[in-house]
Amino acid sequence: MPDPTGYARGVTAPRLEIDALLADPATKIVVCCGSGGVGKTTTAAALGLRAAEVHGRRTVVLTIDPARRLAQSMGLTELDNTPRQVKGIDTEATGGELHAMMLDMKRTFDEVVQAHTTPERAAEIFANPFYQAMSSTFAGTQEYMAMEKLGQLRSRDEWDLIVVDTPPSRSALDFLDAPARLSRFLDGRMLRMLLAPARSGGRSMFSLVTASFGLFSRSVQKILGAQLLTDLSGFVAALDSMFGGFRQRADETYRILQDPQTSFLIVAAPERDAVREAAYFAERLVAERMPLAGLVLNRVHRSEVESLTAERTEVAAAALEAAGDHSVTADALRVHAGLIRLIEREVRVAGTFAESFPAVPTVSVTAQPADVHDVDGLRMIGAALS
Amino acid sequence: MANNERTGRWPARLHVVTGKGGTGKTSVAAALALGLAESGRRTLLVEVEGRQGIAQLFDTEPLPYSELRIAAVPGGGEVRALAVDPEEALLEYLEMFYRLGAAGRALRKVGAIDFATTIAPGLRDVLLTGKVKEATTRSREGRRTYDAVVLDAPPTGRIGRFLNVTAETARLAKMGPIKTQSEGVASLLRSPITAVHVVTLLEEMPVQETIDAITELESLDIPVGRIVINGARPPLLTSGKVTKTELKRGLTAAGLPADPATVTGLQAEAKAHLTRRELEESLRSELVELRRPMLELPLLPGGVDRAGLDQLADRLMRV
Repeated sequence: MPDPTGYARGVTAPRLEIDALLADPATKIVVCCGSGGVGKTTTAAALGLRAAEVHGRRTVVLTIDPARRLAQSMGLTELDNTPRQVKGIDTEATGGELHAMMLDMKRTFDEVVQAHTTPERAAEIFANPFYQAMSSTFAGTQEYMAMEKLGQLRSRDEWDLIVVDTPPSRSALDFLDAPARLSRFLDGRMLRMLLAPARSGGRSMFSLVTASFGLFSRSVQKILGAQLLTDLSGFVAALDSMFGGFRQRADETYRILQDPQTSFLIVAAPERDAVREAAYFAERLVAERMPLAGLVLNRVHRSEVESLTAERTEVAAAALEAAGDHSVTADALRVHAGLIRLIEREVRVAGTFAESFPAVPTVSVTAQPADVHDVDGLRMIGAALS
Repeated sequence: MANNERTGRWPARLHVVTGKGGTGKTSVAAALALGLAESGRRTLLVEVEGRQGIAQLFDTEPLPYSELRIAAVPGGGEVRALAVDPEEALLEYLEMFYRLGAAGRALRKVGAIDFATTIAPGLRDVLLTGKVKEATTRSREGRRTYDAVVLDAPPTGRIGRFLNVTAETARLAKMGPIKTQSEGVASLLRSPITAVHVVTLLEEMPVQETIDAITELESLDIPVGRIVINGARPPLLTSGKVTKTELKRGLTAAGLPADPATVTGLQAEAKAHLTRRELEESLRSELVELRRPMLELPLLPGGVDRAGLDQLADRLMRV
């Protein structure tokens, strides 16, 4: 099979040693990131299962939006925002445990509020339409709450290993940016100026800015209505009183992510968009000095009959068809030709990542004919990863 | 127009294309824009998520916030493309209603525009869909600017919220021009001018999300158009049984190696194919139960380039 980069066989990229990573007691957090639809959640679940079964670690998997059947396979029938032990797995020999939880974004936000204020104040905040909108739809709330939950799990110090599945963001990078964006919003100068234009006015050198701001706030009033500004102001005042800086929390999360006890795994499939996102993400992790452990390339196709090229197979299939014999073999040959062409394309696409990041360790997982949604399937994926 | 018959099978004027990430919705949207531009028509292909997916697909520079010609179509038609940026849309909107001028630019400098579009996600969506509405209904000297507008929309998981603009803004803005604006958008999106097409692969998650999205859109009274099955493979091995004996004979007849390793390898590939196809069949029947018009687009072996898009466009126009 043509393999110009040697990528498919791991010739260029060093092999990612998943077992060494999972077994190392110094590995406390594994973050699986990558674009949507590449099997991130499945990878996270398979890693968690392997860490518990094979390496005897007390593991929790934090999933964001699992497929229904995958969630059921782990016993996650409801979204209750607390880790539940996964039953029916084989940890007798090692003494490990696997727990899993699904993130409930709104509930996590509610918990943060409740933990930091009086019940009366909390009730007031929950009733605020701004809070309602923001806790369920703010661009980035899901990412922020995933990080918040990670911080909570980490601080309880009851887990050997936390495996995190990241939200299905528009772009994989949202995951890194959202907490900072949310905190910037919540304790931002912008908001203070908007809410207290009188205070920030006067003979400030920013008079143009301030003037625009008065105009801005009037425009917002005109467009959205005064009620909204009142609600917003109430919301911010309430939050302000209790948080002592969202930014500080975001910074803490950021430090957890930069800690050498954390490992980032980029998950991708050998498709153009997914590999492009993976490359952006790798670039970003390197720039932010986040510990990038490697690339997991899911759904890679393989053939045991690589020596039979697509062209030769297609010619043979056409000849058999023309002769009117052996239609089953002709079809089997067409299946093979299609597979070889697919492999060629995958190698080409995946090679673009290896060219840019030759030092990033990589492991590829062979495509399964059917989707994985039981513990046996996860175990198989775990074995394929290592 | 000679080919009216073909484009006439896509009667809506605003085609919203959604689908789970990775199903190829951007390619399908682009192919639809190309197809609907035949016979000298003009279409607009719009993206709203800042991904620059259209530019990548057509291998051009990132799109600015203006409607640029991105492809010429035989017969004198053309496709223009627009990447809607919520900040630009808000500035344009403020300009239209409030004549902000330099103050608008100052607002942007201090980050106020980013701020305003971030605090209220509903506002952001109203601005994006509002721009799409404006392009769809725009006309000059009594002639419509675009014969059709194709929107590469957010994925299935967010499409309901994205298109249900009134509900989102009603929570925040009880009156004022934003409310009026969102009501205008909402009525366009619920009229026969609009059709939401859902792109899927014959894989479990995309099919599940297709079903969920269509159920959601129906409950919102937003017109659902076609289900597009992308990457469909030709039916092979319909007899369903592949024996080693047959393979050995067939390979020998074709003059190919027929050693045990080759035979075993090919048999395993055939079996994997059959397993896959069985799953695909059951997923296809789940889609049939939705009782929506369906069409299948072939997997492009060479990847998606302009020739591939033209091939998909032709297939789309032959429904």
